[in-house]
Formats: sequence, structure tokens, C-alpha cells
Amino acid sequence: MRKSDILFACLAVGLVLAGLAAVHSRVARSAASGVIELRLAMIKELDLTDLCLFTEARYTRHPSQADWHTPFQDHPMSLEHFPTGTIVGPPGWLRGTLDEPR
Amino acid sequence: MSRVEQQRNIIDYTLSSLLRRPFKNSLLILVYTLIIFSLGSVLLFTRAIRKEASILLREAPDMIVQRIVAGRHDLIPLSYLDTIASIEGTAAVRERLWGYYFDSAKGANYTLIVPATCGLRPGEVAIGVGVAAVRNVYKGEKLFFKAYNGEVISLRIRGILAPGSELIAADLIYICGDDFRKVFGVPEGYATDLVLKAVNREDVKAIASKVSIALPDTRSITQDEILGIYDTIFDWRGDLVGVVLTGAVFAFLILAWDKATGLSPEEKREIGILKAIGWNTSDVLLMKVWESSIISVSSFLAGILLAYLHVFVASSSLFEPVLIGWSVLYPEFKLIPFVDFNHLAILFFMTVVPYTAATILISWRAATISPDAVIR
Repeated sequence: MRKSDILFACLAVGLVLAGLAAVHSRVARSAASGVIELRLAMIKELDLTDLCLFTEARYTRHPSQADWHTPFQDHPMSLEHFPTGTIVGPPGWLRGTLDEPR
Repeated sequence: MSRVEQQRNIIDYTLSSLLRRPFKNSLLILVYTLIIFSLGSVLLFTRAIRKEASILLREAPDMIVQRIVAGRHDLIPLSYLDTIASIEGTAAVRERLWGYYFDSAKGANYTLIVPATCGLRPGEVAIGVGVAAVRNVYKGEKLFFKAYNGEVISLRIRGILAPGSELIAADLIYICGDDFRKVFGVPEGYATDLVLKAVNREDVKAIASKVSIALPDTRSITQDEILGIYDTIFDWRGDLVGVVLTGAVFAFLILAWDKATGLSPEEKREIGILKAIGWNTSDVLLMKVWESSIISVSSFLAGILLAYLHVFVASSSLFEPVLIGWSVLYPEFKLIPFVDFNHLAILFFMTVVPYTAATILISWRAATISPDAVIR
């Protein structure tokens, strides 16, 4: 067998796997419709505003509800100290990507 | 000899050439794959979170009204309900009672919330899957809370929220209004904030302006702002992505720079010998195009497939330490695979094309000088 045949066979396997990933993505999305419905119903019932991603600080648990200086207001000269504070950046209006809240 | 056969011969030769330096080339493919894997994982993860947030938070309230005292979110008097209800364009307004409870025994934070339609009797709670896991409790058992005045309040667990709700409710505890007030000491006539439903969503901004005039000590947060925040956090130029991207992009630049700054003496000698035995400059360049394409395309395919498995099958387990931070309660959830093929195309052109271009450029310089000079 020529080396190029082996290369093409490997690339074909890679492409088939990529195709399988695309099929998996489609199947998983339709299978998740029940979970999405459940989550939508809970958000509507409870008037929830945020995803539960980071529970360590109030401004990372509910970033949409935090005010401008929440991470720094524990005491005067307080600095942000929670690790996820480095991931959850300041809200859009501070960066100029959103309108300032009234 | 047909063109196809000619190309196959060049590919055969290219593969033999690559296999003559197995350690160097396998290391190159490994590093290249790892860079694509880390970039791809971040792109797939952030895209899936953003998409899910945009679908789910469309059901979030049209507007939240908070009272601000001395720069802090404070309890809001229920008398504000009437003022807001009288603003034109408001369809409904209701109070929300919710707050954070720090469980000192476990070091975890929970979110206690009073549903509009309770379904619970006083003395009962329903808890999220994450709370049940942290406290190791089951339906029918009792959960103890230390109230604001030091009193210990025991509430029976009526149920555990459905699996699948973790992404929004892992840390939630449903509780009745009376019990909530007992735990936190929130006086009657006050709530945490107010939620407003507009007759027409287009009017929300105008309503927010009117609220800020009628109630100057309040702050309004619209649904668009809520959605915008998740877009900002998980934007591919955002913080989480930025941290990983910076490292990976620098690693890739070093890789491409190393390739672009010159061929090894061994590679130069190989090109000289090929030219001496009759290969044209175009044949040499073709060989180098195949060489860089084989390395970059196979690394890209492997990296992206591994990233897909990591994010959507292994629940982004490598990102877990970053996402958990100091959280004790961390939601276990599987992201729904929303894949943006535009992002993958951008990643392909950002990595494969510069690498291939750098390889061809340096090979062209070596291929155009005389074989005699190169071999010497």
C-alpha cells in the first residue's frame, strides 16, 4: 500500500468523524428540546434573570443584577478577590457596548 | 504520467520526507493539535453558552426595578408597585422575594427564591440538584437554616427540582414568602426587587426612563441588558476567551515564526539534492505545500474533534477548575451542541493559512537558489 493511500484513509476517517460530530450535534439539539422547555418554564415561572454558572459571589451568580462597583464594595479600598471575577468582566455599559442603565 | 499520479508521487515522497524526521514532526503535530484543541474548546464552549443564554433568557422579565441606597441594592417598598403600574405601557408588575444564603457548614452559597405561584405549604422547600448534592439530602428530609436573629428554622424538603434544570437552578431553593421573611428578617411591605411586564417590548426603554423619573432612587435593568451581559462575558473577544486565546495565539505565533525564520541545514540540503536530480522549483514548492497542508489539516481535524468531545461529551472538564473558582456548589451540566461553523472557518483560516504561507515563503527562498550553493 502506498503512503498516500494511508494518508487519504486517515483523512477520510477524520472527515467521517467530523461528519459524525455534526450528526451528533443535530441529534443532541433535538433531544434537548425537552430540557430547554423545562428551563424556559422555570425562568418564566420564577422570573429568573441569570444562568447558574458561578456561585461563589453574588455578582458572579447574578451578573445582570450587580451594580457597577459590587466587586469592590465590601469595604473602602476593597479589591476584587474572587477568581471568577477575572472571567466575569464588567457589564457591557461600562465597556460602551450597551446603553447605560437608567 | 497523469497529473493525479504525479501529485500522488509527490505526496508519497513528502510523507517519506516527514517520516525521516519522526520526532520533530510528531512533536510539531502534537503542539499544533493542542493549540487548535484549546482555541476550539473555548470557541465551542462560549458559543454554546451564549446561544443557550440567548434562548433561555428571552423568557426573563422585560424589566427589573431595583432600589439603590448608598450605591447598594436595597429592599424596595411595595408602595412602588402602584407608581410603576400607573406608568403607561406597563402590563403587569409584581414583587420578587429572593436572596442569598451562605451555608457556613458547607461553605456554599444558595439562592432562596419565592415563586409567584408557590405550590408549597409553609415549612416546605424544594431544592435544586446542586443543593441536594452539597447537603447530601433527599426528599422528605429536613433542611436547617440559621435565621437573621440566630433562630434555627427547619424546613421539610418537599421535592428536588428536575434533573436538567442545573444550568439555571442548581443552587435554587424554593421557599414560601412567610418562611423567607422569617429567615432573612425582610419586613412586610418590602421585597427584593420588582419585575415588570410591558404591553409592548419595544416600549421597555421608554418605561425605564419614566420609572427613573417617578422613582429616582431606583435602577432599571431591561431584558436586552441581561442578554447583552452574557454576550459580553462569553464574547470570543471577552475575558474567559481572551485569557486562553492570548496564550494559544502566542504559542502559534512562535510555531509559525520558527517555521518562517528558516529551514534546517538538513532541509536545505534535501531541496538542493532534489533540484540537482532534476526537480523544478515548482515541484519543490508543491512538495512543501503538501507537507504543510498534511501537517496543518491533520492537526486541525484532530484538534477540532478533540475539542468537540471535550466540550460536548466530557462537559468541558478541563475548564472546570477555571469555572469553579472558589465555588463549593458548581452546576454539573452538559451543554447543548450549538456549533457556529463561521467560527470554525475563522479558526481554520487563522491557523492553517498562515502556517502554510510561512512554510511556502521560506521554501521558495531556498528553492530558487542554485543547488550547488545549497548542497555546499
